[in-house]
Amino acid sequence: MADGNRGAVEIEGWTCPMPLRDQERIVLGHGGGGQLSAELIEHLFLPAFGAAASEATPTDAAVLGLAVDGGGRLAFTTDSYVVQPLFFPGGNIGELAVHGTVNDLAMSGARPLALSTAFVLEEGLELEVLGRVATAMGRAAEQAGVQLVTGDTKVVERGHGDGLFVTTAGIGVVPPGVDLAPGRIRPGDAIIVSGEIGLHGVAVLSVREGLEFGTELRSDSAPLHGLVAAMLDVCPDIHALRDCTRGGLGASLCELARTAGVGVEFHEPSVPVPEAVRSACGFLGLDPLHIANEGKLVAFVPADAADEVVAAMRGHEAGTGAVHIGIAVDEHHGTVVARTALGATRVIDLPLGEQLPRIC
Amino acid sequence: MKYLDEFHDPAVARGLFDEIARTVTQPWAIMEVCGGQTHSIIRNGIDQLLPDQIELIHGPGCPVCVTPLEMIDRALAIAARPDVVFCSFGDMLRVPGSHRDLFSVKARGGDVRVVYSPLDAVELAEADPDRQVVFFGVGFETTAPANAMAVVQARQRGLDNFSMLVSHVLVPPAIDALMSSGTSRVDAFLAAGHVCTVMGTAEYEPLAARHEVPIVVTGFEPLDVLDGIRRSILQLEAGRSEVENAYPRAVRPEGNPAARRMLDDVYEVCDRQWRGIGLIPRSGWQLAPDYAAFDAALRFDVGELAVDEPDECRAGEVLQGLVKPDECSCFGTACTPRTPMGAPMVSSEGACAAYYQYRRVEVRSDG
Repeated sequence: MADGNRGAVEIEGWTCPMPLRDQERIVLGHGGGGQLSAELIEHLFLPAFGAAASEATPTDAAVLGLAVDGGGRLAFTTDSYVVQPLFFPGGNIGELAVHGTVNDLAMSGARPLALSTAFVLEEGLELEVLGRVATAMGRAAEQAGVQLVTGDTKVVERGHGDGLFVTTAGIGVVPPGVDLAPGRIRPGDAIIVSGEIGLHGVAVLSVREGLEFGTELRSDSAPLHGLVAAMLDVCPDIHALRDCTRGGLGASLCELARTAGVGVEFHEPSVPVPEAVRSACGFLGLDPLHIANEGKLVAFVPADAADEVVAAMRGHEAGTGAVHIGIAVDEHHGTVVARTALGATRVIDLPLGEQLPRIC
Repeated sequence: MKYLDEFHDPAVARGLFDEIARTVTQPWAIMEVCGGQTHSIIRNGIDQLLPDQIELIHGPGCPVCVTPLEMIDRALAIAARPDVVFCSFGDMLRVPGSHRDLFSVKARGGDVRVVYSPLDAVELAEADPDRQVVFFGVGFETTAPANAMAVVQARQRGLDNFSMLVSHVLVPPAIDALMSSGTSRVDAFLAAGHVCTVMGTAEYEPLAARHEVPIVVTGFEPLDVLDGIRRSILQLEAGRSEVENAYPRAVRPEGNPAARRMLDDVYEVCDRQWRGIGLIPRSGWQLAPDYAAFDAALRFDVGELAVDEPDECRAGEVLQGLVKPDECSCFGTACTPRTPMGAPMVSSEGACAAYYQYRRVEVRSDG
């Protein structure tokens, strides 16, 4: 099942978390992409959907057993976007809605072809705002080489929506010979991150009401399918990819470790964290490993191909900061361990909902 | 903000670790008072790299952890009122009360908001005069000045729809209570740097002298914490028990005089319950009579509160440094950050949460 609520981190980021056991109602943390989201899928959606969801996979996009002309398989995904504010340094909800769905397809190795766009608009929204969002979507789709082929518009009464929500679904084609899946991760695999982390989350936080702080940072929102194609060119046998959106690099590593049943070890100082992200996280009491990105991926690749893949990534504009940060191991299965700058170790956990700013 | 890397430098850390290892000749137990220090120690793995003779005991300095259950329940009751906008720092929202947390109140329609500064709550009150805006003023001496400023500003602006639920706690009486308890194993304290930024260092002198215990004012970055430990060990090995400032870039002996004047004006010292520890005399601040009109506890009558603490939870002993989090039978099983039984499992500064977050591999292989 696709990761269905990208962007929620920016909005709910600060207000949800980990509530008490046995919630009777939806709390914001259920949309946070952490353990609560996973529990909702596992304990509510999948049982409720029953046999109809027997093919669902816990990945960003489903790869269907449908033959495609010229070989390859069809990939399918959907995602809703609820970011607030709608415009932030380096991007806006329209760009995110295109990049995010393109990236979900790309993480399955697919070349994205077409997207649908569905809008839920709040009564009273300025047409000028909607126009800017739509223009951004058109431009982002054109740049990514995907068509916007169908759509829908609904309006809810004032007070029943947050200005504007967008849902995009996308299809693409996975080339013959490419098989990206967490289950293919093996102990010994090299772990590569495509560049500096934390930019999107901090850029959005910097303009959130009540928290405005000065920063030069801009969201890293970008399509990644070109980067993925460059990586597959040099190593068609890449085992798994994940874009590090809600929950950040830390959550991506945790999900992959759990799904693949391997341990993950990485060298924390090797992870590229811009100083401005480090500073913002320092004074807010957040961990850069759990800050959202919208243009970064983590790759598990066969060890002997690691250098070649890193070189190919650095040659692509979306991967200039690519670094080899760690390795999959055959111990502490399902658990991610960071080696700290001081040489000690710590466990990195899947966040429950979102990180909360500390009191002091 | 710069100067972060300087306080994470592995080469400098190595030098400090080496000096500590060369100096120590016998077992010592050092308590870091502040939850921020606990977080830094566990996150960076400092305790793993210290000589075996040095034990770090995690202190009661997490405001989320020690806020009494009765106060949490009172906050929940006030937040559930339809006329109230309840504002809090983020990590108070998931602290379990007797039956629910602020998130549950929010999901049921309560207007609960995370603010980043108490002054934001004052702005809200000014912007929405028909609603009662309540700010949950918790924390140690560190957060007290900004909270006091909110009350001062509310008065200056003539806002009668702003109030604060105050549950401030003070470090020195807690140190005194721990050392007077008869069960303390603490040989030295790392005092909380930012508390001293506000209050200065003078009030620790009589504690160090009376209990013959070194008190080293310590910061929060890894090298700050290591230097605090190094200075503690040097004192202990030399038989000294002095107040020492290892955080001079943020702490002056006199503290922040302007902040202290305001604190004296807005608050008065009171007895305070500490969750898991009990009543500590003269260990808290409440609004002074002159500001009682802004006291949410007086403004909102929530009736009798039936406070109900889980029996199995050993948070009290954890907060006093008597047991380590993983020595509690609930740790990692019945009690996790997802299902916290006690407050130290909630905040990232809480000792139980820090252990759970960063130490499960070790814990698993032990158990």
